[in-house]
Amino acid sequence: MDAPPASGAPRLPGLLGPSGWLALAAFAVVLFVVFPLCNLVAPPDSAFHISAYWVTLIGKIMCYAMVALAMDLIWGYTGILSLGHGLFFALGGYAFGMYLMRQIGADGQYRVNMPDFMVFLDWKEFPWHWWMSDQFWWCALLVVGVPGLLAFVFGYFAFRSRVKGVYFSIITQALTYAAMLLFFRNATGFGGNNGFTDFKRILGIPITTPEMRMALFAITGAALIGTLLLGRYIVTSKLGRVLTAIRDAESRVMFSGYNTLWYKQFIWTLSAVICGVAGALYVPQVGIINPSEMSPANSIEIAIWVAVGGRGTLIGAVLGAGLVNGAKSWFTVAFPEYWLFFLGLLFIAVTLFMPRGVVGTLQRLRSRRP
Amino acid sequence: MSTAADTALQSGDDPQAPLGRVLQPGLDLSHRAILYLEDISVSFDGFKALDKLGLTIDAGELRCIIGPNGAGKTTMMDVITGKTRPDAGRVFFGQTIDLTRLSEAEIAHAGIGRKFQKPTVFEQHTVFENLELAMKADKRVRKAVFARLGSAEHDRIADTLRLIRLADTADRIAGLLSHGQKQWLEIGMLLMQEPKLLLLDEPVAGMTDEETERTAELCNTLAGRHSLVVVEHDMDFVSRIARKVTVLHEGSVLAEGPMDTVQNDPRVIEVYLGR
Repeated sequence: MDAPPASGAPRLPGLLGPSGWLALAAFAVVLFVVFPLCNLVAPPDSAFHISAYWVTLIGKIMCYAMVALAMDLIWGYTGILSLGHGLFFALGGYAFGMYLMRQIGADGQYRVNMPDFMVFLDWKEFPWHWWMSDQFWWCALLVVGVPGLLAFVFGYFAFRSRVKGVYFSIITQALTYAAMLLFFRNATGFGGNNGFTDFKRILGIPITTPEMRMALFAITGAALIGTLLLGRYIVTSKLGRVLTAIRDAESRVMFSGYNTLWYKQFIWTLSAVICGVAGALYVPQVGIINPSEMSPANSIEIAIWVAVGGRGTLIGAVLGAGLVNGAKSWFTVAFPEYWLFFLGLLFIAVTLFMPRGVVGTLQRLRSRRP
Repeated sequence: MSTAADTALQSGDDPQAPLGRVLQPGLDLSHRAILYLEDISVSFDGFKALDKLGLTIDAGELRCIIGPNGAGKTTMMDVITGKTRPDAGRVFFGQTIDLTRLSEAEIAHAGIGRKFQKPTVFEQHTVFENLELAMKADKRVRKAVFARLGSAEHDRIADTLRLIRLADTADRIAGLLSHGQKQWLEIGMLLMQEPKLLLLDEPVAGMTDEETERTAELCNTLAGRHSLVVVEHDMDFVSRIARKVTVLHEGSVLAEGPMDTVQNDPRVIEVYLGR
């Protein structure tokens, strides 16, 4: 932290300190230089080789980290716990998945220029919401627009009615559950419980090549860094200070002349849009999207990532998403049946012994040192 | 334009100063009254918190409101600031602004600042940031995204910090302040809003004698430049600042007048001692 200027006027926090920029640069070097070199250039038998498994895993976790950042903005900083963020993530994924399905073209099992599940259902033409879905730009717009619009409308009614705390959390949970049931139906036109899979191309380029995989990885990395900087900009701006004030004493904020509805609307909608983008980046890397992404448990897990990493720190959200998902990918291979028990234990342990999460605890230890 | 803090810092006692300060476009004070409450009734589950309450506050006045617990003092504040909607009656700010139609934020913008009974500051923000957030400004989201503090704003915050005696603790997290300091910070936040009418709900609750003394000084400094309504239990404090006192009892006005007259009013004595 910088010392206050000589005039004695206290400063407001800046975007990042020197060490923050340095850490970010190091992270960028790892993502954009080390990973491509070790994955594409280093031969498979070399000690420096990073396999496709790791590229996909880290790419997937970076998508989760973006969701965790979105969650931290709305929960950690504004004090609104959403248990429905998985829905926005899935909607972004489905929006981009539609484009990926169209890119399969006539290479599906039935050799028809239509997704297999539609042929299977004996549909002769695309449902209305598939309009323009063969256009990349249109689907990219949907990735941002659908989660954003849904969040805006839902948030407007919830916040205007001053729905708060656990009631808001329960409604978001119900929302994602209802959406999951809707998407499970074949008639909804999103492939029912199988969802979308078997993607072949993006913009005509085959999706399974190492170069394409690395490109998606790098774009995800750039999106994560961009989200982190955007989040950092917001929380160090006056907007961010108002959001934190809403978390701590909303009535005082209102009596100070702020219409808190629009502040909550802004961060809530932005948070949903970030989730949508993360979902769109997730689907081509993982190769599947189905309604289980909307299950209530998934959304609760997002809150656990943030709680483990440390609420209201941004970097904690990234770290929490990494730690929990890293542990998950190891656990589900080593002891698949115990993962949920471990997750539950982890959440209880963090709540009891590290209520500020990993980063919050580290910060506290550091500030105690003389 | 001179700021609230600036004005309050000047020690001149020019009798014309109050009018210059409180007469602003948008607020019609042509009948000298800044706040009218007319036949306000509020009931919660059948309990009448306010019963046809009528009250008029003049521009530049410092009015103390006293009354036993449950007399409706806080409910009255809630009605004025838009937190509670009255079942019946009218509340006017100046001649033209109907407060029952405005939201909390709109009322704050119109020029009414409120200090809560329990000191309410932003505990995770520094003292400086608390004042910054309260400062009069365009408080819409899109302005907050790019807001930067200029030197004029820094000066205004510094002035208020001096006025509320927190200049040395500007960088401290507000949650770490003493109870009395939080009370002052909250008053400072109100001043940053440049309100025309200040509502102070028990400003000296939990303060030491010395802090109470200083708060009385502060109120006396503010009186005349702002209109003040002070709700307080501490009679000693009230007698130190009071010009005119209103006694509430069971949701309506029991007595009104100078402190001495009110204190000797047999009905008031009965309400306070006869229970």
